[in-house]
Amino acid sequence: MPALPAIVKPLILMNLLLLVPLVLVYLERKVIARMQDRIGPNRVGPLGMLQTVADALKLFFKEDFQPKTPYKMVYWLAPALAVVPLFVAAAAIPFGTLWHMGSFEIKPYIADLNVGVLFIFAITSIEVYGVTLAGWSGASKYSLLGGLRTSAQMISYEIALGLSVVGVIILSGSLRMLDIVAAQEHLWYVVLQPIGFVVYSIAAIAETNRLPFDLPEAETELVAGFNTEYSSMKFGLFPMGEYVNMFLVSCLATVFFLGGWHPLFGLTMIPGVLWFMLKVSFFIFMYYWLRATLPRYRYDQLIRFGWLVLFPLALFNVLWTAVMVNIPWS
Amino acid sequence: MTTATTAPITTPSVEMREFQTDVMRMNMGPQHPSTHGVLRIKLELDGEKVLKAEPMIGYLHRGIEKLAETKRYNQVIPLLDRMDYLAAMCFNLGFVLAVEKLFDVQLPPRGQYIRVIMCEIARLASHCIWLGAHAMDVGAITVFLYTFRERELAYDIFEHICGQRMTVSYMRVGGLMNDMDDECVTMIKKYIETMKQRIEEYNRLLTKNPIWMDRTIGIGHMTAQECMDMNITGPCARGCGIDWDLRRDQPYSAYDQFEFEVPVYQAGDVYARYLQRIDEMRQSVRILEQAINRLPDGPFNVDNFKIILPPKELVKRDMEAMIHHFKLTIDGCKPPKGEIYMPTESPRGELGFYIQSDGSGKPYRMKVRNPTMINLQSLGRMCQGHFLADVVAVIGTLDVVLGEVDK
Repeated sequence: MPALPAIVKPLILMNLLLLVPLVLVYLERKVIARMQDRIGPNRVGPLGMLQTVADALKLFFKEDFQPKTPYKMVYWLAPALAVVPLFVAAAAIPFGTLWHMGSFEIKPYIADLNVGVLFIFAITSIEVYGVTLAGWSGASKYSLLGGLRTSAQMISYEIALGLSVVGVIILSGSLRMLDIVAAQEHLWYVVLQPIGFVVYSIAAIAETNRLPFDLPEAETELVAGFNTEYSSMKFGLFPMGEYVNMFLVSCLATVFFLGGWHPLFGLTMIPGVLWFMLKVSFFIFMYYWLRATLPRYRYDQLIRFGWLVLFPLALFNVLWTAVMVNIPWS
Repeated sequence: MTTATTAPITTPSVEMREFQTDVMRMNMGPQHPSTHGVLRIKLELDGEKVLKAEPMIGYLHRGIEKLAETKRYNQVIPLLDRMDYLAAMCFNLGFVLAVEKLFDVQLPPRGQYIRVIMCEIARLASHCIWLGAHAMDVGAITVFLYTFRERELAYDIFEHICGQRMTVSYMRVGGLMNDMDDECVTMIKKYIETMKQRIEEYNRLLTKNPIWMDRTIGIGHMTAQECMDMNITGPCARGCGIDWDLRRDQPYSAYDQFEFEVPVYQAGDVYARYLQRIDEMRQSVRILEQAINRLPDGPFNVDNFKIILPPKELVKRDMEAMIHHFKLTIDGCKPPKGEIYMPTESPRGELGFYIQSDGSGKPYRMKVRNPTMINLQSLGRMCQGHFLADVVAVIGTLDVVLGEVDK
């Protein structure tokens, strides 16, 4: 039955991705609580582990309030747009190498695209529309400002984000995710592409709207920014999208710069998927850490930073990589 | 609710199209996460740029000044706790000093020292809240929780000494509610040591943080002259280069016996006021240290049972003391006829009590010069030309307490 994996694997991935926000939110609350000298959730379930489940359930039972908006259709569409592309993009991420179970061969990824990088960047860009349209259709000035901030943020960061990966593509000579990982078997690209790595990491934070770049929903300024007018699970989809996106950009960082499933120190007895997840966790931990430490950038400063610091850096990195690759090393 | 930025399409041809823009009028508060209570600001925005910001106050008005006319002097004190609930001790002190000035009495040294100690702890606790809320407005959430942790220690001391944490009502006309015991002295000594470290910890978290500097330097700028014109006092003025602190310049309640500096910064922006307050916290610790180490022994209340209640043991065996106790409880202390204005330095600026006495046990008229209401008028001036995100930074730097603004 060759069709079976094609059905089962997306189902598994989909459900795992649905669980990602639950786990990440719980971990975030616990980790940040530790950093802030607090305890964090500890009431629902053992060690408070079911707290996010309870929160999600609560959202399902909340009244679905709708503002008087002329853009009903857009208002309904926006939360979906903020989540669905991320699930689609996750299909192209290789979480590990081939597994051999007897005669079975399990590939821990769904699609092996020869233009994987392009596909992922193209699809995840759609996610920004969800946020922007949510801000637009909320018929509230706070959400409008949040939506406008998102579009400004997207313009200043997507380019730097895309360019930061070009160096990796030049080095590996392929847009296929598997090739990129395979090329890092001996040396991770974080060593060869330090500038690209830094630019990617910063741009990825802006991409996911996390502190210090959480301007679209800057709580102390815009109340809740683009999602001010959303309630119930329609609201719940936005944080869900944010956390899935966090997971996704961390996966991409692992693939592009941290050698994917390749083990560190030759520790091959730990399976590749676990290595992959460890590296992803490192990134996600950095997200938590930044959130607990840094204040928020201002709208204009962020755009200036994006265009005048990150963009030139990323361009320089592309140029530098292209020159270095073409020098004939003896 | 409509989106005010409209772009009417006049003609389909691209070169002919003209965008007509309009200012967006936005209402910030009274329910808003960073207006520190029930402050409402009417904003006029051009995109995110603030053209005009107008603070609207009065959502928490309880008529405390009028209420005070119906209460005996010592009964006014609990009302004042509810004005500036973050530095209730300083409001207690301002009021009792005014009434004591009417009586023309002064506390014995121990009482004065304990008052200074309590006020400086309140100042530290209040500045802790300011720092936490200010940093939180700008997006640094952790500072908020750290400073609340330290405020807790201060409130433990208050709880130990008078049984209340926030609304202390600790001071009385002519004295204090009760004495400071040895355990409290140990607690305060421990608090001083903790604060010394923690202030530097906040300093490390924020002062050289590039994002924090980007967000605060050059924002909410005021010149010294503008401050004078608007009658701005306290840290807001000292951050603009005005070297004026009532604790040093018009010393009251034994403040002249301590060595401390008044930090002044010339820049006049949010960052300067931030540095000023951090330095002020260090100076408060310095005053505390001197006061607790030199805390004199002896009585802490004035020796006049027409002003302050006699001790309970005395009431039980002394006829005269019992009569005093009864008369004071029923009529209250009766300052001589006259009027008085007593300014003190609260954590937010000059706190003045104007009291008119007709010789009865209740104030005939009480007027409070509440510092943040007067400081708040500079909000519009400070926000002008900055971005929406800077409005919250400016609210933070003004350190508003709406209970006090609205009285």
